[in-house]
Amino acid sequence: MKVTIVDYKSGNISSVINSFKEVAKDKVTIAVTSDLNKIKSSDKIVLPGQGSFKSCVDALNKIKGLTDSLNEFAITSKKPLLGICVGLQMFADVGYEETKTKGLGWISGKVSKIDNQNGKYKLPHIGWNQINIVKDSKIFKDIENNSHMYFVHSYEFVPNDKKVISATTDYSSNIVCSVEKENIFGTQFHPEKSERIGLKIIDNFINL
Amino acid sequence: MLKNRIIPCLDVKNGRVVKGINFVDLKDAGDPVEQAKIYSDGGADEICFLDITASNENRDTIYDVVEKTSKKCFVPLTVGGGVRSVEDINKLLNCGADKVSINTAAVENSKVVLDSSKKFGSQCIVVAIDAKKNGDKWEVFTHGGRNNSGIDALEYAEQMEKNGAGELLVTSMDRDGTQVGYDIDLMSKISSKVNIPVIASGGVGNLDHLVDGIKLGKASAVLAASIFHYGKHSVKEAKDYLDSKGIPVRI
Repeated sequence: MKVTIVDYKSGNISSVINSFKEVAKDKVTIAVTSDLNKIKSSDKIVLPGQGSFKSCVDALNKIKGLTDSLNEFAITSKKPLLGICVGLQMFADVGYEETKTKGLGWISGKVSKIDNQNGKYKLPHIGWNQINIVKDSKIFKDIENNSHMYFVHSYEFVPNDKKVISATTDYSSNIVCSVEKENIFGTQFHPEKSERIGLKIIDNFINL
Repeated sequence: MLKNRIIPCLDVKNGRVVKGINFVDLKDAGDPVEQAKIYSDGGADEICFLDITASNENRDTIYDVVEKTSKKCFVPLTVGGGVRSVEDINKLLNCGADKVSINTAAVENSKVVLDSSKKFGSQCIVVAIDAKKNGDKWEVFTHGGRNNSGIDALEYAEQMEKNGAGELLVTSMDRDGTQVGYDIDLMSKISSKVNIPVIASGGVGNLDHLVDGIKLGKASAVLAASIFHYGKHSVKEAKDYLDSKGIPVRI
């Protein structure tokens, strides 16, 4: 099996690479590339994302044919894909960080700034927070409810169809932190930085 | 609920830990990778490396340390010390650092913070403020506390938030190394002034100081070096203690 981490030159993905390699050991090949053919021939794809919604979408669009290849992989072929942080946010139709930017449109909804209640809550939402699992998700196999995960973000994904939500976390409001829609998975938190429990989520995805 | 973080800090010089855990069963007490692993296994919420390598020719040793650590520790890793440019930040992130803390360079050239937060995202840019009290205000010091910039620390904190810092690591120069506790006044004033998280540093001598840093200093995270070294307290003990005082921690 081949799992590909999409390297589209947006932010720091070394932690994602390290964690997947740690979990995969020698059983699974972990590739890191933006090569369209290699992406197409993968069994699973990881879409990381750091920085702003706009910078990530711009970086995706800069690589000719990449969005089409991702669409083909996730929507047409329905192969498993995991978005992490802004990688998850880009599933939305639209994001409002910096300026209004069109997303991949895979899961209907928007990405907007977390309401910090007039400065009562610090942003970014940084640190370990507990997840409330609201739906049985394949990537949560053997993950206990209220497990701690590492977060760092100021924007949140608000999907229109609440049925896609697999977990939320409580901060200034109830924030969507994990989604599952058919073959598409996403976490707002960083499983690659969430210790053993985070690595278990990565393991679950690899073993889907 | 978001938990307050405990961050052990390791001073690294020429690729070796200077002050570290003095555990007898350690194969190599000077190995930063091994020490970081002990901390992350012990429940540290993040790990911080402060590179205090003085000579330029040994500067590259930190990259090797970061690369090895990031393959073994799966909690966030912050690296600071000697970070001068966007290129330095880029190199550290590529080696596996999750955040980079910028001190002197942020004072001397505010564009470094602006440019790096734009390029890599605010989430990985920590501005380290070394502040020393002078009358009724605090001034920002650079070059490891040797030079006084004369800049007002509170105004500087606000400016760094505007420039795109994701967090502020605030160290009281008056308290650093004294083990008498954080400068609570400084921490709470800066924390109230900005909307980004503040990490308190400098002066921790016992577990009550950690409690004070969060409760009175309003810090989101507490950084400490010496109480965790030499086996005085484990991260687990610190967390249990904070928990007993009603502070939310990840246990």
